[in-house]
Amino acid sequence: MTAAAVAPTSAPAPTRPRRTWVGALIGASLAILAVVSLFVGVSDVSPAALLAGGSDGPAAFLLVSSRIPRTVAVILVGASLGIAGLIMQMLVRNRFVEPGTTGVTEFATLGMLVVMIFQPAMPVPGKMAVAAVFGLFGTWVFLRVIRAVPVRQLVLVPLVGIMLAGIVGSITAFFAYRLDLLQSLGQWAQGSFATVMAGRYEFVWIAGAMVVVAWFAADRFSVIGLGEEFAVNLGLDYRRVVAIGMVVIAVITAAVLVTAGMIPFLGLVVPNVVSIIIGDNVRRSIPWVAGLGAAFVLACDLIARTVRFPYEIPLSVVVGVVGAGLFLWLLLRKGSRAH
Amino acid sequence: MLTDVVPAPARRSGRIRRPSARLAAAWARPGVRLAVLAVLVAALVAAYLFTDVPGSLAFALHVRGLTVLAMLVVATAVGASTVVFHTITQNRILTPSIMGFDAFYLLISTAIVFAFGATVFLRTEPLVLWTVQVAVMVAFSALLFTWLFGGRRRSIHLMLLVGIVLGTFFRSLTEWMQRMLDPLDFQVLTDAAFASLTRPDEGLLLLTGALVAASCAAIAPLVRRLDVLTLGEATAVGLGIDHRRLVMLLFAIVSVMIAASTALVGPILFFGLIVANLAYAYAGTFRHAWTLPTAALLGMVFLLGGQLILENVFSFGGSLSMVIEFAGGVFFLFLVLRKGAR
Repeated sequence: MTAAAVAPTSAPAPTRPRRTWVGALIGASLAILAVVSLFVGVSDVSPAALLAGGSDGPAAFLLVSSRIPRTVAVILVGASLGIAGLIMQMLVRNRFVEPGTTGVTEFATLGMLVVMIFQPAMPVPGKMAVAAVFGLFGTWVFLRVIRAVPVRQLVLVPLVGIMLAGIVGSITAFFAYRLDLLQSLGQWAQGSFATVMAGRYEFVWIAGAMVVVAWFAADRFSVIGLGEEFAVNLGLDYRRVVAIGMVVIAVITAAVLVTAGMIPFLGLVVPNVVSIIIGDNVRRSIPWVAGLGAAFVLACDLIARTVRFPYEIPLSVVVGVVGAGLFLWLLLRKGSRAH
Repeated sequence: MLTDVVPAPARRSGRIRRPSARLAAAWARPGVRLAVLAVLVAALVAAYLFTDVPGSLAFALHVRGLTVLAMLVVATAVGASTVVFHTITQNRILTPSIMGFDAFYLLISTAIVFAFGATVFLRTEPLVLWTVQVAVMVAFSALLFTWLFGGRRRSIHLMLLVGIVLGTFFRSLTEWMQRMLDPLDFQVLTDAAFASLTRPDEGLLLLTGALVAASCAAIAPLVRRLDVLTLGEATAVGLGIDHRRLVMLLFAIVSVMIAASTALVGPILFFGLIVANLAYAYAGTFRHAWTLPTAALLGMVFLLGGQLILENVFSFGGSLSMVIEFAGGVFFLFLVLRKGAR
């Protein structure tokens, strides 16, 4: 976070060029990837097949019941996870955090496990609500622990978060193992869009709605990123904005978890790349982060679907490789403040 | 961190010292502490071998003996390699597993099957395969070392984070390759490359046991030089140590040990960290002649004791690694958050 260097009286001047062409490039690639995503798969869904079969042929049916939902789900998940990471980075004032590296996702998974143990028949909205509540608690725990960190070191914060995630994850794994629920939990521990169909993905729209909420509150998050005293001085209700941010993060995490499972590093890498391109004004970067996140997950999902055609490999594996590689580059590149 | 037990100075009055003072004086000696630990390990081994044997004693002893042997091999490998790694890298938090070494070993095994098919594991001499894997690991650790520790000093926390992310990166790559394998090849890979602590494959156990024993034999003459290494690179060079060569040799030995323990039980992230740090505290000295065996024996106490307690008290056999991971995670958090963590 480049705090303190901004004069509070002047409007934040765009410190970097507009880079409109990069934005256009992201938009174009998003559109192209989305169209490709509609026509990739085992069954024959191509423009020709659609024309031949008409509006109630098999190809059209597949398009509506499977391909379109999947593509929409991927776009919404990618966009909202990017936003969740961006908000988290503003709240914690640290570049290297996201729900997956701070224990939020692990807490939400623990919530899923609790539902499976006590109320296995609970409908999906209930599951999601419980996961969101647990995720909210996880965000709170993380923020508390971070306050206790003696050294304000940039890389110490994500490190503590990863440890926290590991501890919560091992508790979840232990109980799942004891109660023979590892298999069922495994569905969520492995992110994949293979099972997304019409009627089974609609909750991810809630995550999409959270992106809109974040957009409305964007300037407040920008100010939060400058630090508590600064924000209070500007007349901001600091606690309320932090609370809104936490809710947005928890709901996005839970919605993505019940739809697609865990997807690592995305919320961390995408906002960082956008920040390198256009800087740290949240209002400006929200559409960028959403667009880039969606394009990134679409690309990874296409790889996951085609690399071992006709079978799929889990999306989280692809994102894990690409995301971890990018994360390492962010950590070690010259000029990053991590050193 | 270390609270040295300083014995009360004996009064030179010719009187026989009180037994408690004698005990304290004896306890201050690392050798005595090590002996106590060794007795404890022996007792635990006996307990593990002979508690409620159902049916044939010979059969039970054979099966349990293999498990005990596997635990001894793993504890020695993890304990000793972590202590050596700490000495080389001049810190007490980074461990080989945290820096992604064991994830990398799994990646190499998978890549070999991916490139040559599973028959490579069935047709080649295991020792040859091993040599290839360890050679790649040594090359990797040399690269990693020069990249992370050569040149300007980076912060310890950055290295930790890089290590953890590297581990994730390797694991994702491994899984990607595994998903691309034939189910048959995958089966062979899991059978050949990964065993389990409670049902170790005899051939693999003998091979890894021999390798770990050889590694220990290789470290034994180097303990004095390791002591000198703890003084820092400049001092060590000033005292006539060929720093670069020694460090690379030690890295090679660490790689062999990590490969051996990973092949036996798969990756255990925090086990080495707990064992090594407790060993420094318990041994009451930093001399490697004491800390190395202490770490190995403490590892055995943890594995054997943990398994015994889990099996007989909670009947949770099989979840030992999760318990260790949880305890290790908490301990690690404590180490990182401690004020003035070096």
